[in-house]
Amino acid sequence: MFPPREDILRLLPEIILCLSGILLMLVEPFLTRARRNVLVTLAALGSGLALVSTIYPATLPGTAFSGLLRIDGFSVFVHVVVEAVAFLVVIGSADYLDREHIQHGEYYALILFATAGMGVMASAAELMTAFVGLETSSISTYILASYRRDVPRSNESALKYFLLGSFATAFFLYGVALVYGATGTTQLARMTFPATPGGERLLDLGLALMLVGLAFKVAAAPFQLWTPDVYEGAPAPITALMASGPKAAAFALLLRILASVSAAGTFWFWALWISAALTMFVGNLAAVAQSNVKRMLAYSSISHAGYMLVALAAAAASDQVELGVAAVLYYLAVYALMKLGAFILVSQLGGESERHMEIDDFRGLAVRQPVAAACFALFLLSLLGLPVTAGFLGKFYIFNAALASRLVWLAVLLAINSVIASFYYLRVIVVMYMREPNQTWPPVPMPWAVTFVLSVAAAGTFYLGLFPGRVMALATQAALSLPGR
Amino acid sequence: MQPSYLLTVLTFLPLAGTAALFMLRADDHEWIRRIALAISLVEFGLSLLLIRGFAPDSAQYQFAEYHNWIPSPPIHYHVGVDGISLFLVILTTFLTPIAILASWKSIDQRVRAFFITLLVLETGVIGVFISLDLFLFFLFWEVMLIPMYLLIGVWGHERRIYAAIKFILYTMLGSILMLVAMIWLYELSGSFDLPQIQSMLVSGQVTLSLRTELLLFAAFFLAFAIKVPLFPLHTWLPDAHTEAPTAGSIILAGVLLKMGTYGMLRFCLPLFPEAAHRFAPYVAVLAIIGIIYGALVAMVQTDLKRLVAYSSVSHLGFVVLGLFAFDPTAVQGALYQMLNHGVSTGALFVLVGMLYDRRHTHLIREFGGLATPLPVIAAFFLFVSLASAGLPMLNGFVGEFLILSGTFVRHANWAAPAAIGVILSAIYLLWAYQRVFFGEVTQEKNRTLADADRREWAVLVAMAVLILWMGIGSVGFTRRTEASTRNVFMLMQRPQAYNARAALASSRSPIPGGLR
Repeated sequence: MFPPREDILRLLPEIILCLSGILLMLVEPFLTRARRNVLVTLAALGSGLALVSTIYPATLPGTAFSGLLRIDGFSVFVHVVVEAVAFLVVIGSADYLDREHIQHGEYYALILFATAGMGVMASAAELMTAFVGLETSSISTYILASYRRDVPRSNESALKYFLLGSFATAFFLYGVALVYGATGTTQLARMTFPATPGGERLLDLGLALMLVGLAFKVAAAPFQLWTPDVYEGAPAPITALMASGPKAAAFALLLRILASVSAAGTFWFWALWISAALTMFVGNLAAVAQSNVKRMLAYSSISHAGYMLVALAAAAASDQVELGVAAVLYYLAVYALMKLGAFILVSQLGGESERHMEIDDFRGLAVRQPVAAACFALFLLSLLGLPVTAGFLGKFYIFNAALASRLVWLAVLLAINSVIASFYYLRVIVVMYMREPNQTWPPVPMPWAVTFVLSVAAAGTFYLGLFPGRVMALATQAALSLPGR
Repeated sequence: MQPSYLLTVLTFLPLAGTAALFMLRADDHEWIRRIALAISLVEFGLSLLLIRGFAPDSAQYQFAEYHNWIPSPPIHYHVGVDGISLFLVILTTFLTPIAILASWKSIDQRVRAFFITLLVLETGVIGVFISLDLFLFFLFWEVMLIPMYLLIGVWGHERRIYAAIKFILYTMLGSILMLVAMIWLYELSGSFDLPQIQSMLVSGQVTLSLRTELLLFAAFFLAFAIKVPLFPLHTWLPDAHTEAPTAGSIILAGVLLKMGTYGMLRFCLPLFPEAAHRFAPYVAVLAIIGIIYGALVAMVQTDLKRLVAYSSVSHLGFVVLGLFAFDPTAVQGALYQMLNHGVSTGALFVLVGMLYDRRHTHLIREFGGLATPLPVIAAFFLFVSLASAGLPMLNGFVGEFLILSGTFVRHANWAAPAAIGVILSAIYLLWAYQRVFFGEVTQEKNRTLADADRREWAVLVAMAVLILWMGIGSVGFTRRTEASTRNVFMLMQRPQAYNARAALASSRSPIPGGLR
């Protein structure tokens, strides 16, 4: 009963992630306190290896494990995003953990487990498998959010995340059950027609509940309330992970359901439209009022979920889902890069126990640390969507998808939101560049690991902003590889 | 025509030049200034090659370059100049060394960053004028905002941050809607390439419904009208100007505002002629209000720099009026007036900056009788004021005359109120001049001010010569712009436009006073 070799290879990234996670925990007891840097090396190797091993699923498309997983261009694209995020977060965490005296193996192990869960979500062809992936990634992130054990805020963050997150997962699970009741299957590919009489309503209800569960995970309004508190309390590198990885995986699952289940397209369209509009406004308007950088970035990540929902609505509105799906995929990659860069940079600049997280603490940063300030400005401008940076092209493709589906008004709302957003991003730039420094603490050193992560993010931001051709071609291929409705 | 990389070189030379500045030590101010000046002068020299190679009778885009860039959606690196953009590019390269010279001493904080910002700005502005791909145009249009934002916000005066944010939010609001319109246009035509879209529209291959055309026109026009700025969207301008450092004001007034009117001429009129015709009366009213309102508000300013800023609102109103008169002469005049305004208002800002360097104030009441200690600056100030007010023989006259005579032919009732603006401009400029320079020296500390030094002489003479030359030798300019402006009217012809208008006329006739 051993699964065939191809199936193992198709799941290789997840297997590597889980094995290196277990290995990390086994190795830790044998290490003295001084040798803890072995841990980060192992974790980086594990996630890096997983990233490289996506070459196997990439060359072996098809279903695996009796139709539980579907490996296609789409799942590979999302895999690469979440694994690259894990790799960069692992490297970017090492110095932070040292500074906070919480350098432990399970931290990295949990990141790797979470990533494995996200991978499963991305390739799930069946709703129970998707649920397992969702739970694996969620539970790992709950623990990670509370990782600064001595900080009440971190505990609060984890508790909030856990309680609300469990609720959301329950919603999702109930939705799965209803859909199963309506269609008699959990296989996405066979979910086209309701099997039982009167099943349409059941199917719609199930889909609605699933949308609620996933909307929570991507922090879409009106299910976004947890985001700022959780993002603020969690350790900053974990915030970087939460903002990019799980969000990408949840969007992937949404997209896959949207593309495979025709009822989802028609039924979800208005829900997506309204949620997109609401999410953008809630995120941006609240971000304007923030004085804490982490909270501001948290609200900004809500608004970015709204932008992606615009593309999702576009995909739901037209028969050709590719444009919308490709736009979301491209945006996920772009968004992961810039958000990760911003949070990792903030985690470093925040100093010990994240003391300097107010926007005002960044005063005159351009004079004190010009390179760090320039880097932060780049990420902010990319989040704003200024041309030449990746954020602009991401937004450009979303506009393109929305207008191709004739969602002119949603596009206009997106445009208005971009302007609102520019206000708070630019305010940080004002503080960094136009105000006199008032800090009494010395400039924060930039260790090489953080520098490496930031350079990758910055280079990626420029590359995806100037030469989108190759990545966009991959995203389009990925979108086309989804089974049609 | 042989392939030429001149435009690419022109666009990216300043950007590449910043690398040289990065290599210098940050506190080596003298060499930073010299290198920056050298780069901008080389740039100016290269841009003059454009005139030499430019075929004046052709309406084609010259020095064109076309390279693939982004495969999907199809976006190309497509640049070129025609008579409309040629002199705007040269105006940019001319004003940049002026701006660098004008900030030679007045900028003493973060000097290297300042000159880098200025050069990056030059790249952005030139890129805007030469882009023939909508995407590329938008890219430069947006990117150029950041250096301008930094110029105002970092090196400006007291309320600089307020002004900088106001500037950028206003502009972004307009431009993001323009982006939506551009993508919409792409969805309809399948191309981002301006000449290609244009030819599809002219040949009738792509037709826009009236509603679509009106909406697209409105989105483009809003972006450009904010930039110009057209009344009532002008309120960012006085703040931005007052707070910006001298160099920022020179570039802002000299070229940035022209990006708005350039955009109208390049996009709004030829792409959406029917909508332009329908909007024209309203636009003209706003332009005329802007002309008179700008002049009246300028008259009562107590701050010299604010006065010049409001005079820009007035002058740019003329340009917009000229564009929307749909008369080749008026459009020629509008184009010429764009250049004039760049030179003479740029020169006014240079002079105001010189006064500021000496007294650290822009308030008119702090001056008075300055002609005694500063005879040279006073003389140049008078010369430039007269040019700006439209004295014959100097540049401003040519533009205003062409605009008014062209407009008069089509719409006499537009030209008449606009002509009042000419009188008003003479009043506010000369009155300000009188209060600042004539009479007894009112403040003791003004007695000992030093007159223009060698660097200032160089700047002022360069600008004065150009003002005089543009006043006398205007044919040299209009000869090269004529073919392209005529071409705009060719491009405004639509096979179906007449049908639509005819259909509308017939549908309207049975119901007198029916729906509009």
